[in-house]
Amino acid sequence: MDRKISMPLSKEDALALDYGDYVTLSGVIYTARDAAHKRMYEALNENKPLPVDIKGQTIYYMGPSPAREGRPIGSAGPTTASRMDKYAPQLLDLGLAGMIGKGKRTKEVKDAIVRNGAVYFAAVGGAGALLSKCIIKSEVVAYDDLGTEAIRRLEVRDFPVIVVIDSKGRDLYEESQKKYREE
Amino acid sequence: MREISSEIITGNIAEMCIEANHYLTPDMKDALERAGEKEVSPVGKKILSQLKENLKIAGDDTIPICQDTGMAVVFVSVGQDVHITGGSLSDAINEGVRKGYTEGYLRKSVVSDPLERVNTGDNTPAVIHYDIVPGDRIKITIAPKGFGSENMSRIFMLKPAEGIEGVKNAVLTAVNDAGPNACPPMVVGVGIGGTFEKAAQLSKEALLRPAGSHSDLPHIKELEDELLERINKLGIGPGGLGGRVTALAVNVLTYPTHIAGLPVAVNICCHVNRHCIREI
Repeated sequence: MDRKISMPLSKEDALALDYGDYVTLSGVIYTARDAAHKRMYEALNENKPLPVDIKGQTIYYMGPSPAREGRPIGSAGPTTASRMDKYAPQLLDLGLAGMIGKGKRTKEVKDAIVRNGAVYFAAVGGAGALLSKCIIKSEVVAYDDLGTEAIRRLEVRDFPVIVVIDSKGRDLYEESQKKYREE
Repeated sequence: MREISSEIITGNIAEMCIEANHYLTPDMKDALERAGEKEVSPVGKKILSQLKENLKIAGDDTIPICQDTGMAVVFVSVGQDVHITGGSLSDAINEGVRKGYTEGYLRKSVVSDPLERVNTGDNTPAVIHYDIVPGDRIKITIAPKGFGSENMSRIFMLKPAEGIEGVKNAVLTAVNDAGPNACPPMVVGVGIGGTFEKAAQLSKEALLRPAGSHSDLPHIKELEDELLERINKLGIGPGGLGGRVTALAVNVLTYPTHIAGLPVAVNICCHVNRHCIREI
């Protein structure tokens, strides 16, 4: 099923999405990867507020290459999500609605997805030039000193992703590998 | 003795960093093309066509193929009759990486200390491997390596008794564990023999051999063919979303080893197996 979804992700959309669904996202998403997650984690441990309100938002695990003049962003494909697994359950419990990345997640992350009715999407790894065409605006909103790892607010249009883990905890990677495995 | 100025080295390195990050070599393009014909999964086919489109956009619009423009791995074969003038060769190479990554709008992905983790801001230093060879030329290969796939690479210190079956299991284990994380379809570089670090370096060099080429050693060619076939039966597929094209190539390099050992290194590269080679 191909569907167009508006971002931020509504609760209804999050719960209605099934693993294997192709969707295109349009609206606002935020980027954060390793270093920004570490800082957010440290802020939470010190009872400090996060630099952006993540409630109901979706985080794209991505650190872009620099934008050339006149363009919103450089190459902008997903990074491996498992490096954020240590931090993701806490953010999901704080209301994070979605994550976009690539690769497998831990059981702890899946449990937190189910507990909170969230979604994990995958974008095509290594297609950073193609995906950059779906980003129409990018601005750094926190941790500027982290360079490519700063938190960015992106406006995307028809950004293509596939639902890999749905709100029921079903995992497309596990199912699809089984389907094509031959020995 | 032939003299080559360090400025020439720097200029070439800078251009090569940019070239490698925007254009794949013809063998890799062909391998992706062939993959589309072999894939049976509809999702897999769709991803492969997106990857082809991505390559076209990267070249036409000068956007890096992947946002992870890598840590610069540089292989340098220096002719023993060459004299570098105007400064150290390593400094000239790092200056070229700095220039290429800054002027070419490539991502700076290197941190100065693995634990303190502060970005160096210019993607230096490079990882440089030198080799001294006969002649008066310098051959430089730049292979920017992304870490989605680098993180999934492995080394196994097998016992000689484990033999070829042990080697096959090691490679299949590494690829299966890598799964979707390594951005399949992948290229699998395997180094067998030598010492711990020699095997690792061989596995990296194996990634440079053109996709679709084979080892000159008949038993190693047979191993490459079998491994490619078995990897493509694992079901991982393009993007890890299921399919028959999990690897585009398996390249194996070997080296003599110790009577007590059988080192096997598996260096996994994503479909963006970038490299650029020049001889100066």
